[in-house]
Amino acid sequence: MLAEKPLTGNMRADREALDRDAYERAGGYRALRKALQGMTPEAVTEVVKDANLRGRGGAGFPAGLKWTFVPKNSPHPRYLVANADEMEPGTFKDRVLLEGDPHQLIEGMLLAAYATGTDVAYIFLRGEYKLAARRIEKAIREAYAAGYLGKNILGSGYSVELHLHISAGRYMCGEETAMLNALEGKRANPRAKPPFPPVSGLFGKPTTVNNVETLSNVPHIINNGASWFRGLSRSKDGGTKLYGASGKVKRPGIWELPMGTTIRELLEEHAGGMRDGVRFRGVLPGGASTDFLVEEHLDVPMDFTEVQKAGSRMGTGTMIVLDDKTCPVGMVWNLEHFFAQESCGWCTPCWSGLGWVERILKAMEEGRGQPGDLDKLIFQTKFWAPGHTFCALAPGAAEPLQSALKYFRGDFERHISEKRCPWR
Amino acid sequence: MLTLEERTEIEAEFPNYPNRKAVCIDAMKVVQKHRGWVPDEALEDIGELLGMSSTDLDGIATFYNLIFRRPVGRHVIYFCDSVSCWIMGSDQQCRHLTKRVQVEPGETDADGRFTLVPIVCLGACDHAPVMMIDDDLHLDLTPEKIDRILERYK
Repeated sequence: MLAEKPLTGNMRADREALDRDAYERAGGYRALRKALQGMTPEAVTEVVKDANLRGRGGAGFPAGLKWTFVPKNSPHPRYLVANADEMEPGTFKDRVLLEGDPHQLIEGMLLAAYATGTDVAYIFLRGEYKLAARRIEKAIREAYAAGYLGKNILGSGYSVELHLHISAGRYMCGEETAMLNALEGKRANPRAKPPFPPVSGLFGKPTTVNNVETLSNVPHIINNGASWFRGLSRSKDGGTKLYGASGKVKRPGIWELPMGTTIRELLEEHAGGMRDGVRFRGVLPGGASTDFLVEEHLDVPMDFTEVQKAGSRMGTGTMIVLDDKTCPVGMVWNLEHFFAQESCGWCTPCWSGLGWVERILKAMEEGRGQPGDLDKLIFQTKFWAPGHTFCALAPGAAEPLQSALKYFRGDFERHISEKRCPWR
Repeated sequence: MLTLEERTEIEAEFPNYPNRKAVCIDAMKVVQKHRGWVPDEALEDIGELLGMSSTDLDGIATFYNLIFRRPVGRHVIYFCDSVSCWIMGSDQQCRHLTKRVQVEPGETDADGRFTLVPIVCLGACDHAPVMMIDDDLHLDLTPEKIDRILERYK
C-alpha cells in the first residue's frame, strides 16, 4: 500500500495533519538526511531528472531540469518558492497535501533548496486556505525546533530559512512571475521573459518555483530512487498523480493513483459514475483552463502527453464534469466570468477580450444572442493565443471556450435561434 | 495611528523579507485583522512605516480580493461562484442566502451583521456548493443548512 500511494498513504484517516513525530515514524526526514550527508546537490537533481517528475501545477515541465536552470556560479541569496496558490477553479488537490502532511512539503522544499543552492524559501499560500495556514505554521516551527530548518542543518554546513507568505488573493498570483511580484509586495502582474526566474527572479535573484504536489514527491524519489518512481506510473511520466473529480458524479473526491489512469476509470470506478438521472456530456480534465474532452476520449490515459494528444491538457488533473442537465453555454459563461474578473489587466487581449466574451455569453444565456456571435467568439480564442500575451491566463481562458464551440456548437446555435437558454 | 499591537505584528514580518516594501501586503492584512478593513489613514501610517506612498499602497490594496477598502459587517460571507459550485446549483443557494440575510452581493446589511462577497473557487469542489464565513468553511450547502449555519453568527 505504502509504495503505491507515497503522497497520501501515510495520511491519517481523520484528516488531521501528521505532526513531526508521526511524519518521522513514517520515514519522514530520512531523505533529507540521506541527501545532506551523502549526496551532492547535483546528485539530488540528477535523481529527480531520472525519475521524470513533471510539474504538477499544470504545465508538466520536468522538475529536475528546471533546477538545473539556476546557473552554477549565480549570486546569492537564491530563492525557492512553493506555489501553494491553488486557485484554478475545480482544483482541490494541493489542499489535501497542505492540510494532511505539511512536513512532506517542507522536506521536499528542503531537498529542492539544497539542489538549487537556495538560501531563503517561501511557501506562497492562498489566503482562503485557513486550516492549511495553521498547520503549515506549526510544521515550520517543529522543523526549526528539530534543526531541519535554519543554520547548519544536521551538521551539514547547509543553511536555509523558510517563511510562509499568505496571499491576499488573486488568481493571477499562481503565474510564476506574477507570484514573485506579489511576494515583493506589488500588484501581481506577470513579468516579461526572459530573463527567466532561475536567472533573475524574486528580488532580482535566482529563483526556482515549484508546485506543492511536485515538491511533495521529492522525498520519496530520494528515498526510493528514480526507477522506483517511474515504476509507480502506467505511462512515461513518472509517479502517481492526485486526480480528482467534481460535478454531478456520485462520489466527487481526490484519489492518488498511478500516472496514466484513464478518464473512464477515474469517472466510473473512483467517482462512481454519473448521478442518477444525468448523463455524461464532457469533462474539463485539469481545471478551468483546459479544453473539453467528450465521450470519445474516455479511454485517454491521464498524463501530460496523452491528454495533449487528445487535444487538451492534463493541467492539475482535477476534472470538472459536464452533464446533460447543465447548460454548456452557461458553464462557459461562468468560466469566462472568472477569467475576466481575475485578469490583472496587463495585456490587451486579456483585459479587453475577456470582458467582451463574457458579455456575449451572458447575452446568449439571456436570450439576446446575435447571429455572428459565434464568429466573434472564435476570433477571440485566436486573439488570446500563446505569444499574444505576457502570461498563460488568456490562452488558458481560450481552451474551454474553443473546445465548447467545437463539441457543443449546436447548443450555442440553439441559444441564438431560440432566443433563450434551452436549459432554463 | 497604528496601534502598538498592529505595529509590532507588522515589524515581526521585517526579518522575513530583504526590504520593507515587500511587507506591505502583510501590513495591510494586519490592520484588516484588527479593524475589519483598511481605512485611508491606515494607508498613510503603513506608508510612513514602510517608506511608500499611500497611493502606491491603494493600488496594491485594490488589486487583491481579500483586502477591503470599505467597512464590512461583523461577519464576511464568501460565497463561491466558480464552476463546480455553479454546476451543483450555487445560484439557487446564493439566492436563498441573499433573501435570508437581506443583502446583495458586495453589500453589507443594515445592522452591520453580514457582508456578502462572491469569491472564486474555494478549493472544496468535492463538497460543492460551498461558502466560507470569516475563517470557517461550510460544505454541501442546502437552504436548510444555510439557515442553520447563519444562526451561529450574531
